[in-house]
Amino acid sequence: MDLFGEGIAWLADPGNWTDPRNGILLRLWEHVSLSASSLLVAGLIALPMGLWIGHTGRGATAVIAIANIGRAVPSVGWLGIVFPLTLALFGRGGLGFLPSLIALVALAIPPMVTNTYAGLREVDRDLVEAGRGMGMREMEILRHIEVPVALPVILAGIRVSAVQTVATATLASIVGGGTLGEFIVQGIFVRALDRVVGAAILVAALAILTELTFSFIQRRAISPGLSGGREWSPMDPGQVGRTTTD
Amino acid sequence: MNEDEPFIRFDWIVSNAEEIGQRLGEHVLMVVASVVIGFVISFGLAMVARRYPQTYGSILGVAGTIYAIPSLALFVLLIPLTGLSVTTGIVALVLYTLLILFRNIVTALEGVPPDVIEAANGMGYGAGQRFWRVELPIAMPIIVAGLRIATVTTIGLVTITTFIGLGGLGYLIINSGTRRFFPTSIYVGVLLCVLLAVLADLALLWLQRRLTPWAQAREP
Repeated sequence: MDLFGEGIAWLADPGNWTDPRNGILLRLWEHVSLSASSLLVAGLIALPMGLWIGHTGRGATAVIAIANIGRAVPSVGWLGIVFPLTLALFGRGGLGFLPSLIALVALAIPPMVTNTYAGLREVDRDLVEAGRGMGMREMEILRHIEVPVALPVILAGIRVSAVQTVATATLASIVGGGTLGEFIVQGIFVRALDRVVGAAILVAALAILTELTFSFIQRRAISPGLSGGREWSPMDPGQVGRTTTD
Repeated sequence: MNEDEPFIRFDWIVSNAEEIGQRLGEHVLMVVASVVIGFVISFGLAMVARRYPQTYGSILGVAGTIYAIPSLALFVLLIPLTGLSVTTGIVALVLYTLLILFRNIVTALEGVPPDVIEAANGMGYGAGQRFWRVELPIAMPIIVAGLRIATVTTIGLVTITTFIGLGGLGYLIINSGTRRFFPTSIYVGVLLCVLLAVLADLALLWLQRRLTPWAQAREP
């Protein structure tokens, strides 16, 4: 039984893409829009939080707590935790996009907070002091010294969150969120394995594409003054901050 | 979901304690099998990378690419090879551990200070003896740190194996929880996952302290 062949044949059939109610294009759109909005909301919460904690050095305990919770709660666990709550609060509106968004936001926050914090903490204190000596205000120190120097580590956190979000969006279909996972979850249920394998190929490609895109941005965004830069060690939070892949 | 369905029904937990225990057992078994196999393979790969440094980049690249593949997709993509079986689950979980374990083992061994190696040489250690009795113990904290991350990560990933018909705590979260709109089962599953992750992490930390008693003074 050549399931790969069947999966590819399923992908090659244009009719499977354009079905307005359960087509690949629709599911792909759901997948990308859910991932993008989750990442955006998470970034708006996590980045200021990480910058503030990193700059002031206050709240390190909170960062460790966030990192540990992020690591210990499985990705599907977030969906499971959230959706009975949204369902109780919003009735039918508590299904689909909303619980998926909340769960993905919860999942995307820890890597961004921990990396932003770690990146800022790693900035040479002498640089910061030099900035202060030059009469820079705190915001200026943050904008012109700390963030540019810490940028590779901050972006690594965003990359980790992005890949994880795209990966976990696949599971949103269990709470009615659609996405490409719909083909996998429903397909396994009704034993339509061509769909399952075809969608899995698409999901894998989408995740790898996300990883490559963000790695590219990360490499491009390194300040020229730093580009002689060091290799990251494997214990770098940017590298190991990722918890689950699903 | 029934409007009146409470978030936690303790009577269900009590009357289903046996099944919950069984799912927990399946979960632990898959985690242990995957991390142990993953560690052995990663250790072997690390030895290869030490011997032939030019292979390091490619091994890391392959492991990193696999790591980026969503778990549900990877499980599914292995079905044509190994079917809907425990093997499929274990193979995928092992593949995910490789990136973290391999990288940490290599870095840990590279982090051994050169003067320590000099000193060992001076004391007449052969290469093999020096590796097992000097380099490996010094590298242990970083290796165990990798093991802790890999274990906690795997505990989370095992939940997804329920989609390919395997059990574990994912069964409680997804099959008897989310699919049936039954919050009690979801919360029991998630809570046990978190507890398992915390316990495993503490156990490995304890192991690390036992293996490196001389580091006690420096450990926070």
